[in-house]
Amino acid sequence: MDGQDDYGQGGAAELEGLRAQWFARIAEAADESALETVRVGALGKKGEVSLKMRELGKMTPEQRQTAGPALNALKDELNSALAARRASLADAALAERLRAEWLDVTLAPRPSRRGAIHPVSQVTEEVAAIFADMGFGVAEGPQIETAWYNFDALNIPGHHPARAEMDTFYMARADGGDPHVLRTHTSPVQIRTMQAEGAPLRIIAPGRVYRSDFDQTHTPMFHQVEGLAIDRDISMANLKWVLEEFFAAFFEVDGVETRFRASHFPFTEPSAEVDIRCSWVDGQLKVGEGDGWLEVLGSGMVHPKVLEYGGIDPSQWQGFAFGMGIDRIAMLKYGIPDLRAFFDSDLRWLRHYGFAALDIPTMRGGLSA
Amino acid sequence: MKFTLSWLKEHLDTEATAEEIAETLTDLGLELESLEDPSASLGAFTICRVIEAGPHPDADRLRLCRVETWPNGPASPSEEVQVVCGAPNARTGLIGVFARPGTHIPGTGVDLKPGVIRGVESNGMLCSERELMVSDDHDGIIDLPESAPLGARYIDYAGLNDPVFDIAITPNRPDALGVAGVARDLAARGIGRVKTPAIEAVEGKFPSPIAVKIADDVAAGACPVFAGRLIRGVQNGPSPAWLQKKLRAIGLRPISKLVDITNLITFDRGRPLHVFDAAKVTGDLVVRFSREGEALLALDGKTYVLPEGVTVIADDNGVESLGGIMGGEHSGCTEETTDVFVEAAWFDPVRTALSGRKLKINSDARYRFDRGVDPESCVDGIELATKLILELCGGEPSEVLVAGKTPDTARSYRLDPARCASLVGMDIPEAEQRRILEALGFTPRDEDGKIMVGVPSWRPDVMGEADLVEEVARVASLTKLEAKPLPRISSGVTRPTLTLGQKREAQVRRTLAAQGMNECVTYSFIAQTQAAAFGGGDDSVRLENPISSEMSHMRPDPLPGLLAAAARNQARGAAEIALFEIGPGWSGGEPEDQRITASGVIVGATAPREWSGARRAPDLWDAKAAAEAALSALNVNVERLMPLRQAPEWFHPGRSAVLGLGPKNPLAVFGELHPRALEAMDVKGPAVAFTIYLDNVPAPKSRAIARPALAASDFQAVERDFAFVVDARTEAETLLRAARGADKKLVESAAIFDVFDGPRAAQSLGEGKKSLALSIRLQPRDRTLTDEEIEAVAKKVVAAVTKATGGELRG
Repeated sequence: MDGQDDYGQGGAAELEGLRAQWFARIAEAADESALETVRVGALGKKGEVSLKMRELGKMTPEQRQTAGPALNALKDELNSALAARRASLADAALAERLRAEWLDVTLAPRPSRRGAIHPVSQVTEEVAAIFADMGFGVAEGPQIETAWYNFDALNIPGHHPARAEMDTFYMARADGGDPHVLRTHTSPVQIRTMQAEGAPLRIIAPGRVYRSDFDQTHTPMFHQVEGLAIDRDISMANLKWVLEEFFAAFFEVDGVETRFRASHFPFTEPSAEVDIRCSWVDGQLKVGEGDGWLEVLGSGMVHPKVLEYGGIDPSQWQGFAFGMGIDRIAMLKYGIPDLRAFFDSDLRWLRHYGFAALDIPTMRGGLSA
Repeated sequence: MKFTLSWLKEHLDTEATAEEIAETLTDLGLELESLEDPSASLGAFTICRVIEAGPHPDADRLRLCRVETWPNGPASPSEEVQVVCGAPNARTGLIGVFARPGTHIPGTGVDLKPGVIRGVESNGMLCSERELMVSDDHDGIIDLPESAPLGARYIDYAGLNDPVFDIAITPNRPDALGVAGVARDLAARGIGRVKTPAIEAVEGKFPSPIAVKIADDVAAGACPVFAGRLIRGVQNGPSPAWLQKKLRAIGLRPISKLVDITNLITFDRGRPLHVFDAAKVTGDLVVRFSREGEALLALDGKTYVLPEGVTVIADDNGVESLGGIMGGEHSGCTEETTDVFVEAAWFDPVRTALSGRKLKINSDARYRFDRGVDPESCVDGIELATKLILELCGGEPSEVLVAGKTPDTARSYRLDPARCASLVGMDIPEAEQRRILEALGFTPRDEDGKIMVGVPSWRPDVMGEADLVEEVARVASLTKLEAKPLPRISSGVTRPTLTLGQKREAQVRRTLAAQGMNECVTYSFIAQTQAAAFGGGDDSVRLENPISSEMSHMRPDPLPGLLAAAARNQARGAAEIALFEIGPGWSGGEPEDQRITASGVIVGATAPREWSGARRAPDLWDAKAAAEAALSALNVNVERLMPLRQAPEWFHPGRSAVLGLGPKNPLAVFGELHPRALEAMDVKGPAVAFTIYLDNVPAPKSRAIARPALAASDFQAVERDFAFVVDARTEAETLLRAARGADKKLVESAAIFDVFDGPRAAQSLGEGKKSLALSIRLQPRDRTLTDEEIEAVAKKVVAAVTKATGGELRG
């Protein structure tokens, strides 16, 4: 029988031809749709290979036994070839798309405004963080203050030369009564806090203060921080320790030696001006080393009368107080040259000397970034 | 206070150098302001001789001098130099003071250069006293006697080689306002031995023809004691060179012998005196209080109309002198004075200070009386003055008269020797404490096993044990103080130290900076007009003595200051400005009228010019965003805040609102600024602003730290969109509220996702209409929603919105 012969011998050759022909066409398919056309031509319902499969039914079992597996193998081979070709076409298409997709990475991103924290705020937070670590809370008081809190209760009576020397701003009073003042120092917060909280006490009181003085190095408003510690057994030696700890932490150095010099403030007795050891290297201040001394604050043991005004019994309690300029220590630490610029709000200055929004000073993370 | 080293050595026997003395003074609390060594500035000036002074060929007023100089000192050969000199007294044979080219001339502040003056070479200068800054004299060049050593340094010859100390005296130390007092402190420290000359009484030859009476009310306090003496037959005139030099060295101008003597004693002993020309005193002197309207032409050439109650010294003519402050011109001493009446009285610090302040007179006398002159120094002052007047002016002294009584300032305080250790933290042996106190003139004595310390009359500041401890500690030197740890009140972990308000300020500050705004610190006082434009500026917040009219009133809020800052930045060329400040504002002039607000302004544009299109004019939503961000940082649920169109008048009436928990509790205000407000502040708009009233933000109601359990549903949420046509002035909030309220259980959120308004909307939707597109999100809690349920909620939303707004669903 002819047909048998065909499938017995000529059949194998024909399959080989089919295989070569379709493999070639798969390889030639240039894109997905061409490949699909090839797939339909070979394996679709009326595809050449499918039609061949359908002919299997007409064959003798012997013929089918050889032709069946051969055709199935061909079909599998073609399917794998199609899948491989499809993947490679997809890769090529993706590669082509990515080649086409190009953006200018050197362009600036869409802008987001960057804000800054003022050095006075930053340094105030630094000071508060250090003193919190030593157990000092933060106290506040009003800036329009009665003369009693600003002067009398601090042992500065009406005629006292210190009162005249303070360059005090007075509030106008229509009724001719005792005029209020703009507080000339943060010290009235001492009295208010003693009255409110009693002893023992550990506070700092940062804030705005005012003096009628405006020149190269003075502004009519500036910032001070007051410190006050009241206890039973507490002395100037403790004050020295607290200040040396503070300056070492604030200036972020291993240690800062202080020098106490006798001085006078009406609200402390004894009183001392405090210098810190420092030197200047190429115009830059180096705190903690060198032969120089820099006056940074006034301090002393709280005057017994001041304790009394604060409602604290001076025969039972004593304590120390100190006050320093926040703007000034900010200038020293961060090398800011001009006090007046602090209050001018020049954006260039704010950005240059300001601090990032989330640069929050902490003792565990360090103060300056 | 100024003094020279040689002056100090009149009171102190010491080998210490000027530098050692300077350091010690500072350590003792007499802080050194400056130590000037004249040899540094005047060492190069030498004594020369004018060989010949001839005419200048081209200038009548100039002299051409051949000057003999000794460039290598008097012992080496001399050298002739040609100098052109314009001084009228330049003459042949003059012994003068020469400066060679390169010398810094203190009086002119420049370095001398060789030059050509009117065509003739000049290789140096013949100097005047003013050029050397040793006096104001510039009538001619220095003209020295024949005996002056040629070639020697002028400062050595003139005795100017004397370091000048300038020390700052704290108000508690009137005793250190005289050189003798400074010497006492230094000696107590062990830097020398006091050798202040003793005061010798001069016997009076006759009773004083001028009597002194102190009015009873004055004697009770203002001037309890007055010592005086008349010296007749004196010859006044310029002081001798030594006295003039001494006064000039400390910056005083010599006037006449009699006046210079009082100045000398003021600075030598801290004892101010006054001298009257006795011939000009009519009748006796009375110390009394001034009557309102009395006037005096004082020695400073000004006429003062006196208020009531100034302590004055008057005669039959009226007021002749302001006690302890300044003498009068009429009875002052002149070159013609022949009989002088010397006054040494004690004036009370309080009244002297208050009178001096009222009259605005500052003088060396007032400075000392304000701080407290030694009340026991009156007669000593008279005797010191007598001795000097007799030496310099001749004459015959009367007996010393003393009116009134020296006030008794004798007092003692108990000193516990252990107090020094407990207060200062320094262990100073008891014997050393006693030694120090004695050296300062205190008198320690044992009394019932304690030390009672008598206070000397020149230390009015010492009022108790703490002051005694201070004296001991400062003389022993606080440099010896050793640091000692201070334990915290409670041990263990640090407790929070910030108040809620302080913490909130910090949170708002960081939040606003993170929003891209720059923090400012502006002045608390601003111009009245600016304060008034922002709801303040009335008389209750006015300063009595402002530094300028630009800083006359306490601000109501930081806003005007920020706008002024924005204007300054615009003037500097900045175009994108975002500033904020957290700080006080005042509603009145009482301490309790202070409130803390956070204010911000965004001016110009939101971003610099750039490619993505992010740059635009700031609008009210920028201000609202910042305000809401800050409030959110304080745990305020901003969705529950009611925007009310009640912003103050410095905001645009249609583009601003108050955010509050109710009409009476505003938390913030935001919006576009009113064009008039911008005009008042000189700011070029557009500009938006906000103010957050930090004091109004409620404190958390409970200390519940734990959060409620999270109620996240696993069932599919559904989103539905609607568009409504409403009146153009319908607020989105009305629509959102209605939508949320339509089904409170299912509607989880509602948002406007499109606004179609303006002329094009009017055209397509009808005049006065706009369209708002609403998106709602439905979140079922217990099962997935069916289509019917979703449709039912959608209907409820449409019904609620149309009812609330009067609008309709867009077809």
